[in-house]
Amino acid sequence: MRLITHNMLQCHAKGCDPSQSYPLELKEVQLESLDAEYSEDFIRRLIPKLDWNVLVHTAFALGVAELPKELPDVQDEAFLRKVHQVALETRVKEAQMVCNGCGHVYPIKDGVPNMLLQDNEV
Amino acid sequence: MSRPEHTAPPEIFYNETEASKYTNNSRIVSIQNEMSYRALELLALPEGEPAFVLDIGCGSGLSGEVLDEEGHFWVGLDISDSMLEVAKEREVDGDLFLQDIGQGLGYRPGTFDGAISISVLQWLCNADKTVNNPRARLKRFFSTLYSALARGARAIFQFYPENPDQIEMIISSAMRAGFTGGLVVDFPNSAKAKKYYLCLFAGFKDNAGSSPALPKALGEGDE
Ligand SMILES: [Zn+2]
Repeated sequence: MRLITHNMLQCHAKGCDPSQSYPLELKEVQLESLDAEYSEDFIRRLIPKLDWNVLVHTAFALGVAELPKELPDVQDEAFLRKVHQVALETRVKEAQMVCNGCGHVYPIKDGVPNMLLQDNEV
Repeated sequence: MSRPEHTAPPEIFYNETEASKYTNNSRIVSIQNEMSYRALELLALPEGEPAFVLDIGCGSGLSGEVLDEEGHFWVGLDISDSMLEVAKEREVDGDLFLQDIGQGLGYRPGTFDGAISISVLQWLCNADKTVNNPRARLKRFFSTLYSALARGARAIFQFYPENPDQIEMIISSAMRAGFTGGLVVDFPNSAKAKKYYLCLFAGFKDNAGSSPALPKALGEGDE
């Protein structure tokens, strides 16, 4: 799971408190980096869709990058490439992904989050 | 003809043997490939722009490879661990998730620019466990998918309906979730080439009149 997807992902357990179901907290994390083709267009369209605070916090907590707390007014290529590297070239390989709303733990193994719920959670 | 979805639930049916058989069968691969391209065509994403796409029931990544080739970033969901193992071996670029789509999706509103799904939807109609109520599962799936799609985005499902009742159950469930659109049947007069594509549009819930027209089917009136 790349950080772009983590930024979009919320808990889908039934009855989970919607004010607490996002973001899912990453614990015991192992990261890997990958190469993705850079597209300025894509990143420019992506930025308004991101929860910027969550991306800044996640990138910092995982030691990936220090992003500006406020979105800069002028988004130059260096900045866009930084967002690209954080969102599209950083992958969570192993982790426990914890929902602070209902406590469900989604384990990530070999890059793949297990999103299966128990029968009483659907 | 026996239908695999009647044999066992998908996570059991697509065990390691079936998963690698599926992906090494050149006839299956070429049909899946063709249907993925057709689904992408029906998805009608802006030309030449990479998009963020959801692949529902991505399996071993055959449709994902098509998305990779077209330069899209994607997220793939599948309930079969063995299929996802094959996808990993093939080193597809998308993010893979082990997920039962009947339990719903958890994405922030407007996340995806489009969604495709190849040969999966009929599996959702099965009641293979006592807790699996197909209507409830379809409802949960379509309503959470609707919210995950950007307004104006499409979701294209190639599927193998079992009978008209099943088609009706699927379409009415999608419409109740807010989608507009309908069924496109390619090559309707050819037993062999006939293919069903459910084309859904998000974002016209309160304004169905401005929903795009259904795309034209291929091969109407042939043979
Ligand atoms: Zn939760």
